[in-house]
Amino acid sequence: MQRTISFTLNGKPARVTVDDERMLLWVLRYDLGLTGTKFGCGAGLCGACTVIVGQEAVRSCSTPVKDVAGKQVLTIEGLSQQGRLHPIQEAFLKHHAFQCGYCTSGMILNAYALLLKTARPSRAEIIRHMDDHLCRCGSHVRIVEAIQEAAGARQGGAR
Amino acid sequence: MKRDDLSRRDLLAGSGLFVFFPVEPLAAFQEPARLPSRQGYPTDFNAYLRIGADGRVTCLVGKVELGQGAKTSLAQLLAEELDVALEAVDMVMGDTDVCPWDMGTFGSLSIRQFGPVLRGAGAEARAVLLQLAAEHLQAPAGRLQVKAGVVSDPSAQGKRVTYAQLVQGKRIERRLEKVPVKPVSAFTVVGRSPRRKDALEKVTGRARYAGDMGLPGTLHARILRPPAHGATLKDVDTSAAEKVPGARVVRDGDLIAVLHERPDLADRALELIKVKAQFVAPQPTVDDKTIFDHLLKAAPPGRVVAESGSLPEGEKLAATIVEETYLNSYVAHAPMETHSAVAMIEDGKVTVWAGTQTPFPVKQQVAQALGLAPEKVRVVTPYVGGGFGGKSASRQAIEAARLAKITGKPVQVVFDRSEEFFYDTFRPAAVVKIRAGLTGAGKMILWDYAVYCAGDREAKQFYDIPHQRTLSAGGWSGGSTPGLHPFAVGPWRAPSVNTNTFARESHIDILATKVGADPVEFRLSHLTDKRMRRVLEAAAKQFGWKPARTPSGRGVGVACAIYLGTYVATMAEVAVAKSTGRVEVKRVVCAQDEGVIVNPDGSRQQIEGSITMGLGYALTEEVRFKDGEVLERNFDTYELPRFSWLPKIETVLVENPEVPAQGCGEPPIVTMGAVVANAIYDAVGARLLQLPMTPARIQEAVKRG
Repeated sequence: MQRTISFTLNGKPARVTVDDERMLLWVLRYDLGLTGTKFGCGAGLCGACTVIVGQEAVRSCSTPVKDVAGKQVLTIEGLSQQGRLHPIQEAFLKHHAFQCGYCTSGMILNAYALLLKTARPSRAEIIRHMDDHLCRCGSHVRIVEAIQEAAGARQGGAR
Repeated sequence: MKRDDLSRRDLLAGSGLFVFFPVEPLAAFQEPARLPSRQGYPTDFNAYLRIGADGRVTCLVGKVELGQGAKTSLAQLLAEELDVALEAVDMVMGDTDVCPWDMGTFGSLSIRQFGPVLRGAGAEARAVLLQLAAEHLQAPAGRLQVKAGVVSDPSAQGKRVTYAQLVQGKRIERRLEKVPVKPVSAFTVVGRSPRRKDALEKVTGRARYAGDMGLPGTLHARILRPPAHGATLKDVDTSAAEKVPGARVVRDGDLIAVLHERPDLADRALELIKVKAQFVAPQPTVDDKTIFDHLLKAAPPGRVVAESGSLPEGEKLAATIVEETYLNSYVAHAPMETHSAVAMIEDGKVTVWAGTQTPFPVKQQVAQALGLAPEKVRVVTPYVGGGFGGKSASRQAIEAARLAKITGKPVQVVFDRSEEFFYDTFRPAAVVKIRAGLTGAGKMILWDYAVYCAGDREAKQFYDIPHQRTLSAGGWSGGSTPGLHPFAVGPWRAPSVNTNTFARESHIDILATKVGADPVEFRLSHLTDKRMRRVLEAAAKQFGWKPARTPSGRGVGVACAIYLGTYVATMAEVAVAKSTGRVEVKRVVCAQDEGVIVNPDGSRQQIEGSITMGLGYALTEEVRFKDGEVLERNFDTYELPRFSWLPKIETVLVENPEVPAQGCGEPPIVTMGAVVANAIYDAVGARLLQLPMTPARIQEAVKRG
């Protein structure tokens, strides 16, 4: 059904008049021009399309846009504030926790969701939380290290 | 199914019957089986670099950034030779209108083969600039110093001129011959690990891939695909799809597509076509179980790759003969970014943004498909979301260009995951047969090796065995033998070498076990190659290898390989649950000698990536299929390595400044099959002869004992 959906996108109000069953991924990429969120598998199996809705990491390829009406949506484009990278982005950058970069937005946002809930996750908790995100280049080792470092940095910053 | 049969049927059937060829004629545009030692690169250094009026240096290369870090390492090479700051170098990669020709980004050649070309260009440009500076400053060139693009005369304070001032944004017309490149000892930029040039864009989501080009008015195309390779379309009714508001249906020969400004609506319209499409199933051919017998029967005649001594003599001298057959399945590339392209036609010129490893060959293919002169086609390669050999073939770029021509609009073709699996040029299934002999004293005396359908790259073994022969029958490069494979095959990260290394290094371990020797000591006692001895010893030291007979119950294994000039030794520790057949790879140590190391952190990234990716083909990845139907269509059944699989990975870069920089993006992956197989044997005494080593196969091997 064609209707107007309002939500908060990266801290700013957003309104789209679209088929409300359209998947959030397509709304973000083609109605709103935010291409940092990637298409990978179309079935919620790889995590490349992950965004934050409220406090949760969700697969935007399998989330109809009507499900985010009235909610807060955060994409990779909204993670840095006033030109300053988020500590997770800083840590991914420092550790070169990517190669081709195609899964990176989803990895960073899923890590963000983890740190919202668990400020100081153990290595095992990180692995469990990230396990259904795929990376073909094999950057896993560095992604884990980057998340560990970001968690430490966040903790340090809060003190 | 034979391709000839299909062609005949196509002719007989007349109009209305569309045939989907099981094997695409892609081979000519893929990585060649034997890599050329030299390429037809331009000799004019201006082809590779421009110095702007603002002092920034643009480096132009036909290579592309697939994630392997070439954007950074190639910039390092140019900055080094030109004596400019790395930060001042802007890379332009894989744009056929502005970059110098290149065959493609594959074979770990960017540094090994293209590196010297780029360095030479930088060195010549620097020498010319120095001459120009000498004239400008009226000082002998020999006295001048260059730092970060500024030439100064140390004996005259304040006498300085920048590259930018000398060049004034123009092309440099002067040439010099035979300018030497810098010696390794003088390197200040090469050999370091600077921040990757793609880092900021990739952590902020600003990095653009072919599917992100977003031209106004772009139509998203979804294309009708056959259910199986070899299936023929009998009938289709597109009228329901045509009624979808905004949808446009195109039929052009074998291409039936529906286009819409919204990808989801194009998808929905395609569903309406799919339900009205009737296909004739292909004739029964092979499946993933019968394929190996088929390959042995259908493979072309073998070719001797290497031979020394005499096999009959070796047979005579052998006290013990050990024979085995090794198998590996088809494996998918499965990059996270599916094949993507956007094509646009303006004033008779086509521009295609494509996620491809081969922009220049794609340009030729597009020109051919559209009946245009090559200069009317431009291929631009943005960031590529993983290639691994699978984006040497770029069908999507041609489809986008054809549809852009027909519709007159920009057209985007982004494969869905199902298409990505279906049209992948898989790593071929393959068979290796080895017959080896040991003397009474426990020395290898005979090595009779035959590889079928994997290819001959690095098939020749490097141990000291007096009587040996290596045969190779059939390769991985596409449809060279019609009917051999039920779908397209092609180069997969370190083509042919994963297969050859699995077989060779497994067999060496079996021989070591036979004579009751430690696998590392057994290898060393048959190795005079100094580089190989060094990496093996380096790996053993880091691993803390303690000699023992296998199976020792500890679950440790070793495997060695050479890949195009790079030497690798890998050791692994595994735990095997006998009851379930599940393997946990706990630790992997990899020592590598890649000659001069351009970027140590980049090399480590490639080693870590190879080890992690290699766990997939070792343990789970195999393409199941039946009669041309590819049964793997997404990541629910085709299992890639995950975070929870992660071993502790330790990399040892064995420095070797005497050897020019070699490739590092492929070598370590080739050892992963054998190192895990050997560690499994050491753990539980079960020998795995087939990849992947799934729990079922491990259970079976345990039972067999």
